Amino acid sequence: MSVAGRGSGLRVYAVAYLVFLYAPIALLPIFALNDATVIAFPLKDFTTRWFVQMVENAALRTALLNSLTIALSAAVLATSLGIFAARASTRYSFPAKGPIMGLIMLPLVLPEIIVAVSLLVVLLAAGVNLSIFTVILGHTLICMPFAVAILSTAFASLDTSLEEAAYDLGETRWSAFRLVILPLVMPGIMSALLMSFTVSLDEFIIAFFLAGNEPTLPTYIFSQLRFPKSIPMIMALGTMLVALSVVLLMLAEYFRRRGVARTGRTDSGGFL
Amino acid sequence: MTIPQPSARVAPASAAGAAPARRPRPDQAPRRPMIECRGLHKYYGDYHALRGIDLTIREGEFFSLLGPSGCGKTTLLRTIAGFEDISSGVVMIDGRDMRNVPANVRPTNMVFQSYAIFPHLTVAENVGFGLRRDPRSRVEKAAAVEEALGMVGLTGFGGRAAHALSGGQRQRVALARALILKPKVLLLDEPLSALDRKMREQMQVELIKLQRQVGITFVLVTHDQEEALVMSDRIAVMFEGEIAQLDGPEALYARPASRKVADFIGVMNFLPARIMSETHDHVTVAAPGLGTVDIPAANVSRVDAGDAGPSIGFRPEAATLLGAGATAAGRVTEGVIDEVVYYGDMTYYDVIMDGTDAYDGIPHEVRISMRNVFGREVPDVGTRTRVSWSPGSLVLFR
Repeated sequence: MSVAGRGSGLRVYAVAYLVFLYAPIALLPIFALNDATVIAFPLKDFTTRWFVQMVENAALRTALLNSLTIALSAAVLATSLGIFAARASTRYSFPAKGPIMGLIMLPLVLPEIIVAVSLLVVLLAAGVNLSIFTVILGHTLICMPFAVAILSTAFASLDTSLEEAAYDLGETRWSAFRLVILPLVMPGIMSALLMSFTVSLDEFIIAFFLAGNEPTLPTYIFSQLRFPKSIPMIMALGTMLVALSVVLLMLAEYFRRRGVARTGRTDSGGFL
Repeated sequence: MTIPQPSARVAPASAAGAAPARRPRPDQAPRRPMIECRGLHKYYGDYHALRGIDLTIREGEFFSLLGPSGCGKTTLLRTIAGFEDISSGVVMIDGRDMRNVPANVRPTNMVFQSYAIFPHLTVAENVGFGLRRDPRSRVEKAAAVEEALGMVGLTGFGGRAAHALSGGQRQRVALARALILKPKVLLLDEPLSALDRKMREQMQVELIKLQRQVGITFVLVTHDQEEALVMSDRIAVMFEGEIAQLDGPEALYARPASRKVADFIGVMNFLPARIMSETHDHVTVAAPGLGTVDIPAANVSRVDAGDAGPSIGFRPEAATLLGAGATAAGRVTEGVIDEVVYYGDMTYYDVIMDGTDAYDGIPHEVRISMRNVFGREVPDVGTRTRVSWSPGSLVLFR
């Protein structure tokens, strides 16, 4: 083809870029299945014992359970609050709307360490004991911008006369919202939930500062890096987390596409 | 006052052919008022959107609110629907004060400009949406949905996904969805503006038929004067939050109440005029190129703020180009054809009439429309021609 020669430089760049991005991640499953405690080539025998070790590790199970509890709670809280904020910002105008929305989005750009330290100071001063609960509060704060951004797009793409039409046809304000708006923004809500869940699951700094003695998955992994012999097990854990992330991402994309198909809009972008 | 009963339809020049004949009223008795607006004012902050609207729309009437964008016509419609609060005044529907009656319990239903079809539901679910609180059985409701679909020509479309429909089909679904509740008033907010020309003309005819069939009062908002003339029993022309004229289509077209209305509805030629004398039943005026004319009092309208003095107006089809040797009953003026715009079924001629520069030194051009007759030659630009016109078709704006 006539264009073959023209883009070859760009093609090399693109391949190099992808290798640089994904090669380290590709190493995770390789060493997770390698029968050696040292992370180095050449590879030894194939083994699944690191996965067995991982599953049998009680401390890791506790950390995983904590992380899932935190991520689920933070995702539900951030998304629920995000629905109110996104609807208010797209449908109504009120005084100081710009600054209020700005404050909600601020944690996105605020250094997380600052957020973590400030929260720690406030919580200690208020006499609150550090626990999973305090981590949930911190994570809700940093998940909110993601949820609001996704949900605002979902709400803004709706024709306002849809709600008026339902109201005009005899429904109440609330039932019009429930019957028309909610189903149409549901893909956005699922996306916001999954995004918040993912953000919370791998968050380290806030969890490190606010969890007290409770380990979460990232803080547990960090603590294990000091012990060379647990590194292959961390590799196995990493493999599982990558797989989980891919599944979550595909799920989010599935909901997004289904939403597009159901409402007959033209597909404009997305994750995949 | 009774509804004007026109004998023949006066089509605007561009509505060639497609419009149906105006329907005869089934009964001539004056009908009771369905919507009454009294002293209606609406402010958005400092913006005065509705400035004292007084309006009575009668039962079974096809009523249009016509005006340029921003004139308040949609605000007035939404006020009747209950989507907008009023700042002061009264809205009554079927004799009942609508203060504190929210939109969801008013006896009105609306067809939105965007149609507002629920994209996640099927056609049948859309049409049956308003029946959710209806105590009838599922079977009866399904029959009602099918009946409503049949009414708009969508029989058998119930199972389709609403988002897969064409513009015209969405329009019909929106109509069926609003009519299934048998409202006392159907409100239509620029319902045809998203359709292409052919489809729009077809829907105009269907809407008229549908209205006649269901007998519900229709209130249509439109900026398209042709659409309003074709469909309405009466039209309220609105400018800047006020009703400038409320009349039947013929009266509106033939005797516009002001220059602004005349300018907005169709095409009208204006020539400067001088008032010579005045009696109780006519005004004698002199207009350049036309000479001295007696205008009956009924054809005297007002000027608007900003107009420079009185003027004489006539429609393009009120004058005729005379072929060589032809004679005419009316008066005749000569002129030169300056421009010819050919439309297939008809032609516009811009004619500089002799003597039209007498008052202000500017030769005035008038536009004359002629239906093309097969075999008759279309005169060229630059041809001298005779123009015949009748004094009875002139309107004086003073």
